[in-house]
Amino acid sequence: MNVIRALTQNKVAMFGFAVLLLLSLIAIFGPMLYDGSPWKMVQRPFIPPFANDRFLLGTDTLGRDVLAGLIYGARISLLVGLVSTVIALLIGIPLGAYAGYFGGWVDEILMRFTEVFQTVPSFALAVVLVAIFEPSVYSITGAIAIVSWPPVARLVRGEFLALRNQEYVLAAKLNGQSHRNIILKEILPNSLSPIIVLASLMVATAILLESSLSFLGLGDPEIMSWGYMIGAAKTVIRQAWWLSFIPGVAIAVTVLALNLLGEGLNEALNPKLSGKREH
Amino acid sequence: MKPLLKVENLSIRLPKGADREFAITNVNYELMPGEILCVVGESGSGKSMTANAIMGLLPKAIQVETGAITFDGYDLVSLEEHRARKIRGNRISMIFQEPMTALNPLMRVADQIGEVFLIHTELSKKQRHERTLSLLKDVGLPDPEKMMSAYPHQLSGGQRQRVMIAMALALEPSILIADEPTTALDVTTQAQILKLIKELQEKHNTAVMFITHDFGVVAEIADRVVVMEKGQMVELGEREAVLNNPQHSYTKKLISAVPPLVAPERPLLAESAPVLTVNQLCKTYSTGGGWFSKPRIVKAADDVSFELHRGETLGLVGESGSGKSTVSRCVVRLLESDSGEILLGDDPIQALDAKALAPFRKRIQMVFQDPFASLNPRKTIGQIIADGPIAQGMPVAQAMQKAAELLALVELPATALDRYPHEFSGGQRQRVGIARALAHDPEILVADEAISALDVSVQAQILDLIEQLKQRLNLAVLFVVHDLRVAAQVCDRVIVMQKGRIVEAGVTKQVFEQPRHDYTKSLIASIPGADWRSGKTTGHAKTLEKAYA
Repeated sequence: MNVIRALTQNKVAMFGFAVLLLLSLIAIFGPMLYDGSPWKMVQRPFIPPFANDRFLLGTDTLGRDVLAGLIYGARISLLVGLVSTVIALLIGIPLGAYAGYFGGWVDEILMRFTEVFQTVPSFALAVVLVAIFEPSVYSITGAIAIVSWPPVARLVRGEFLALRNQEYVLAAKLNGQSHRNIILKEILPNSLSPIIVLASLMVATAILLESSLSFLGLGDPEIMSWGYMIGAAKTVIRQAWWLSFIPGVAIAVTVLALNLLGEGLNEALNPKLSGKREH
Repeated sequence: MKPLLKVENLSIRLPKGADREFAITNVNYELMPGEILCVVGESGSGKSMTANAIMGLLPKAIQVETGAITFDGYDLVSLEEHRARKIRGNRISMIFQEPMTALNPLMRVADQIGEVFLIHTELSKKQRHERTLSLLKDVGLPDPEKMMSAYPHQLSGGQRQRVMIAMALALEPSILIADEPTTALDVTTQAQILKLIKELQEKHNTAVMFITHDFGVVAEIADRVVVMEKGQMVELGEREAVLNNPQHSYTKKLISAVPPLVAPERPLLAESAPVLTVNQLCKTYSTGGGWFSKPRIVKAADDVSFELHRGETLGLVGESGSGKSTVSRCVVRLLESDSGEILLGDDPIQALDAKALAPFRKRIQMVFQDPFASLNPRKTIGQIIADGPIAQGMPVAQAMQKAAELLALVELPATALDRYPHEFSGGQRQRVGIARALAHDPEILVADEAISALDVSVQAQILDLIEQLKQRLNLAVLFVVHDLRVAAQVCDRVIVMQKGRIVEAGVTKQVFEQPRHDYTKSLIASIPGADWRSGKTTGHAKTLEKAYA
């Protein structure tokens, strides 16, 4: 409960949280409430923002509604960010836990395997994976998860290495508890706070990755996303800069909000490590 | 004589949400030139607060509320920071508990000490070098020439503390504040450092404010004593008066909790088959070693053999690095030993794999050292105690029932069951640790320094509890301990270890009164305040012993 109180007192983190809440509401309910498709050509192209009462943010190169694009894009950005992070955690936590808990050759093998992924440039790997499996929401989410789990595994391993010789873990061993029980009930709950912080920052990175992939034309062709909007507008950036600028701001605000929240979580969960000292 | 430093009506306020309003309230004392003033108290008594206020080391959130600290005509509390700092640096210096963290690991000894001269004096490089060398000679470091170019990690704990003292004395301060300077050190090293501080203090006529929790240390070096309790100064007086004729009830309680250094006569136990037999146990650690260097090999247990019987407390004593903890952990199979035999009754358990070992686990259980690290912070006390029996196959409801019974056994309220460890004090947590170990109805209880993290009055309670439980449940207790006073009181037999080997073993009274091995002799001679409450002094000490018994 202390964590929640510390978090609510942190104005910057609460700002980030409020922005994310708003974005989530838009992502969930926006498409139902806002009348208009992001794909349909509704007006002449290149209407600048605030020039037309019906289309508040104007239209793009093909005369499609920019605001509709933003609303539908929020859905895909947040969804891909969240789901890929969950998958990355599901891969990274068990690997790191096993490596850190058992040590020895288990650790060697799992960590060498992790390093294989760490040595390949993650964006290039994501591009290749998406290209092989054909661009779709599933392949994009999967590719982002696959390139972003190694830091999770590293972090969890470190936590487990530090905690596995704590006296309460030794006591659990003496109690005759199974390895599974010790990992899940003794060590993992005590290493959750850095994982939560890392996860919040990973969502931000995943959103950036998704946008970059869409920008390169590797997005799901069925789905409107912020990255795709920027990519489509890049050829006309000199005539209609706002077409790149508006979705760009959307990405920046989302990522910033996630980072602020992550930072706030870090301060609330690890008060000793977050650099804010009493003296 | 005019006092050198005067603390008047000093009160320091704690930030909101702390367990009490003031860290210290209305503290008054004086430090005379050339005396050693010991400030004693348990953890949380505020004994370090005054020293921190003098040195300007109070955290920002904690402020002096009222009062003054007068030194040399200046009030250090109200003086501007930069002037106060100048006075402190030149005239008052401080040494800390942990010598490793107080030295910069990347600087050579000579540079660390030389830096003091560089900042505060106009000495040339050559003069600085000479002064540093003479300081190192002063504090009795072996081979001072070589020490000059050593890094802190190459020194032992005692040598590091000597370097710290050399730094503190570099500018010949009039006051030396020592905050638990020997707490992290072994008893023989502690004795040397105490002797050194006393010698230097006499030689330079420095006034020393010595903060400690250990009445043995007080008996060893103090001229006068200040006793602190929960931020209040409860007693101030000459050493002899405070130690042998304490006035305040808290001082009396603290002193009577210090185990006297006399092993009481204990009834011999009836002959019985040993519940635990250890034969020629060996454990070697090797660290480092690569393609070009030989690994460093440490024999943590070297040919260790002993037997433990039901109803007996066997003490395993020695300094850090003696291998006593290694042996205890090998015995409960938390560590794998290299060779030797461990018999639980008649069953060898040394070579069993995890599955085959499981049924033996419950016969030998352990109580850990650190009450704050030994309980999982995310589990309730009930879960912590019941986990073991549940893992061994007991139904959950029955295990919780048992946990409740065990709580009563270790004298904790039943309401503790649903609460989390952070709500309890160190002593209470240690009771939970004992209950957890007893949940399996073990035959053998291994206590690995189980009381060394506790305050002395709490120590006495926990020792008492272990003794009671031992008798009631007919346990065999293997007691790993570095404090010889405690060993003298609770153990039927003791084993003295040094560098992984057993150097002496025997009935406690005999080992303490007629030690045969030189190492045992030096250990016993190093206990601070050995003459105090040893039966050799006044009749008053004897009455205190009765109070303890």
